[in-house]
Amino acid sequence: MNRFAALLDGLVFTPSRNGKLRLMTDYFATTPDPERGWALAALTGDLNFREAKAGQIRELVLARVDPELFGWSYDFVGDLAETVSLIWPTPEKVDVLPTPGLAEIVEKLRSTRRGDVGVLMAGWLDALDASGRWALLKLVTGGLRVGVSARLAKTALAELGKVDLDRIEEVWHGLEAPYEALFAWLDGRAPKPEVGDRPTFSPLMLANPIEAEELVALDPAAYFAEWKWDGIRVQLVSRGAEKRLYSRTGDDVGRAFPDILESVPDGVVLDGELLVLREGEVAPFNDLQQRLNRKLASAKMLSDFPAWVRLYDMLEAEGEDLRPLPLSERRVRLENWYRAGTRPRLDLSPLIAFSSWEELGELRDGARERGIEGLMLKRKDWAYVSGRPKGPWFKWKRGALTLDTVLMYAQRGHGKRSSFYSDYTFGVWRDGELVPVGKAYFGFTDEELLLLDKWVRNNTTNRYGPVREVSPGLVLEVAFDSVHRSTRHKSGVAMRFPRIHRIRWDKPHPEADTLETLSKLVT
Amino acid sequence: MDPKKAESWLRVTSKGLFCEPGDFFIDPTSGSSRAVITHGHGDHARPNHHAVLATPGTLAIMRSRFGENAGRSLQALPYGETIRLGGVSVTLVPAGHILGSAQVVMEYQGCRVVVSGDYKRRPDATCPPFEPQPCDIFVTEATFALPVFRHPEDTAEIDKLLHSVRLFPERSHVVGVYALGKCQRVLSLLRRQGYEEPVYIHGALEALCDLYEKEGVALGPLKPVLGVSKEALKGKIVLAPPSANTDRWSRRLPEPVVAMASGWMRVRQRAKQGGVELPLVISDHADWDELTQTIDEVKPSEIWVTHGREEALIRHATLKGYKARALSLIGFDEEGQ
Ligand SMILES: [Zn+2]
Ligand SMILES: [Zn+2]
Repeated sequence: MNRFAALLDGLVFTPSRNGKLRLMTDYFATTPDPERGWALAALTGDLNFREAKAGQIRELVLARVDPELFGWSYDFVGDLAETVSLIWPTPEKVDVLPTPGLAEIVEKLRSTRRGDVGVLMAGWLDALDASGRWALLKLVTGGLRVGVSARLAKTALAELGKVDLDRIEEVWHGLEAPYEALFAWLDGRAPKPEVGDRPTFSPLMLANPIEAEELVALDPAAYFAEWKWDGIRVQLVSRGAEKRLYSRTGDDVGRAFPDILESVPDGVVLDGELLVLREGEVAPFNDLQQRLNRKLASAKMLSDFPAWVRLYDMLEAEGEDLRPLPLSERRVRLENWYRAGTRPRLDLSPLIAFSSWEELGELRDGARERGIEGLMLKRKDWAYVSGRPKGPWFKWKRGALTLDTVLMYAQRGHGKRSSFYSDYTFGVWRDGELVPVGKAYFGFTDEELLLLDKWVRNNTTNRYGPVREVSPGLVLEVAFDSVHRSTRHKSGVAMRFPRIHRIRWDKPHPEADTLETLSKLVT
Repeated sequence: MDPKKAESWLRVTSKGLFCEPGDFFIDPTSGSSRAVITHGHGDHARPNHHAVLATPGTLAIMRSRFGENAGRSLQALPYGETIRLGGVSVTLVPAGHILGSAQVVMEYQGCRVVVSGDYKRRPDATCPPFEPQPCDIFVTEATFALPVFRHPEDTAEIDKLLHSVRLFPERSHVVGVYALGKCQRVLSLLRRQGYEEPVYIHGALEALCDLYEKEGVALGPLKPVLGVSKEALKGKIVLAPPSANTDRWSRRLPEPVVAMASGWMRVRQRAKQGGVELPLVISDHADWDELTQTIDEVKPSEIWVTHGREEALIRHATLKGYKARALSLIGFDEEGQ
């Protein structure tokens, strides 16, 4: 447990993705089974306990510490689990208590009645060090947040076993903690685990971006065109009487979408876009966000934000793997299947008829309705290949929107960028005043970062911790995908994917755009 | 002993603690006619006193920091030797905090008062260990006087650093340290854990490292960071003042892992706010357990608490049956208590 706690400590403080990967790979390589398997489950969010309540923990500690001293300490530290982990009085005979392993903790918690958890916890808290206590408390109160996604943990596994991440994704949802068969395979001691007819995730086929100039080299007749929908790419799997809804990265998001799962018939794997639809119209992305933000959906959510999957591919039907077939055949299979029954909450993403790239380009520019981000181009004769193969699939996005804004605040970055002011808050004019409208921290080169940092240091008017306020003077041309109404922002609008497009050293800041201009772009 | 008696000759003034019959201040906050200095840190040792009494180590530090302004007349009092100042006998006893750090032991009319200054109890090769002195009144520091501050073993923290150095051989590790005390302590701990490679140090740390060496504290091979290529700093340990981590200075380092050696690193939020990636809980102050155990060892009739979180230590001492007050209140009317 202390090793796992040390890993969590490292992950909490290490900002960079590569740093986190290195820590996890090192841990998995040097920790035995089943300890590392339970740790993996904790990191991927697959460990669920009958949680101990905060009140229970507080009770345990107040039986041992003066309430006044505890209160002052809690005020200072600001986090219950951390306060308890630090303040817990170590018993005199600490040497005789063996440190519990993660495996032991998991096992005992699973087999203990809720009422008896307190006694168990007290014994463990006695035996662990402060880091170990923190990890244990976070684990049992369900607050383990160390900035690691399931995807990142699996990426560490891929590095450990020197295998492709997709190979892990294929079996992941057919395996269970503590994943001994998986580690045996990654260690090279056993073949890849068999997962039979569990509803596992099939890694997705992804598209490369393309621009108009590059299209001329391609034969339009060889491609299908579809709208690129502004939702969430999902995979619907129904196999062996189990159903799953997976995100693009293989996370199971089905619990939040019972309406979708209910409507999927047996024996198919479908690829499509998750959208909120009202009378066939795509609702604003914010509506979908409402659903995604909830772990479970209330009846009201279900009726206010009806979710649909707009289908564009079929990977499996009645146990037959369709992925080796060319897209044109898969499309026929999909359409036939779709029409063979009633398919509530599912519809088809239509194919767009076109004969030349010019014609398609006009259609793309003319499509200003909500929910369309651009076009997808897919070669008709290609099999479904996971990953991002070069050539078969393209996304041809509608041009980004841009706006001239004024730099207002800059914040120091993290890790490599901790000596640079690299996060920029920018604003636009309203009645002669600047209103902040967004934040961007990428889109510029390393050389530009040096110049921006220098400009910030030379034009600082105020400092608030890591943040500097600057005098208005620098125009940043910001690119973004779309704008939405937002009650959380002072300006009343929020941008999606804002990034620095160009630094307009040349442009006088009074000539930057206004909030009115931005508001007109709201969809 | 009646502690009221001590209050007749020791009182708190705007400049700090003043001993009336001896006519001296202890760690006064600005220039004074006569000052007894516990140790060289900036919040205790200030320039421009007329006469200064301190250990030889502390005087060396003050000369190095203040030059001409260290004081008009500097008098060295080695550990354990006693001097009489206006009927008050004064002895300086090791405090285990940094080089030269001392507790001030005063005896007057049968009453014995110990001012701890800053102190710690765990071993530190850069200075002699704290010697508990039984006394009537114990004036204790309280920097880490909350029961959440329980510093882990120094060796475990240094091992954490060395593990990270091994795990990220293409990066440098820059450890934020205060120039006086913490810097040399971290160096000595690294050496004790068998790290023999050169450690690269920021220019601001050089003078005090030299001074420690001259005072006989071995720090192992040190090299200046200045002029060393990024390539050559890969996999190396660099020591720098805490502020350097966010300075442009740090850009000369290859992808630095930002570490910080301080007792405050015990609290995650503190470390995160400072952008620290590798918090090392290494402190030169007593933690909660050391503070409370020391009180039990010196068995004072009364405790005066200063320099930190007075209320928590007073609460604890009171629960244990001691008389305890905040030093800032000494000399003010407290008839009611
Ligand atoms: Zn000090
Ligand atoms: Zn101090």
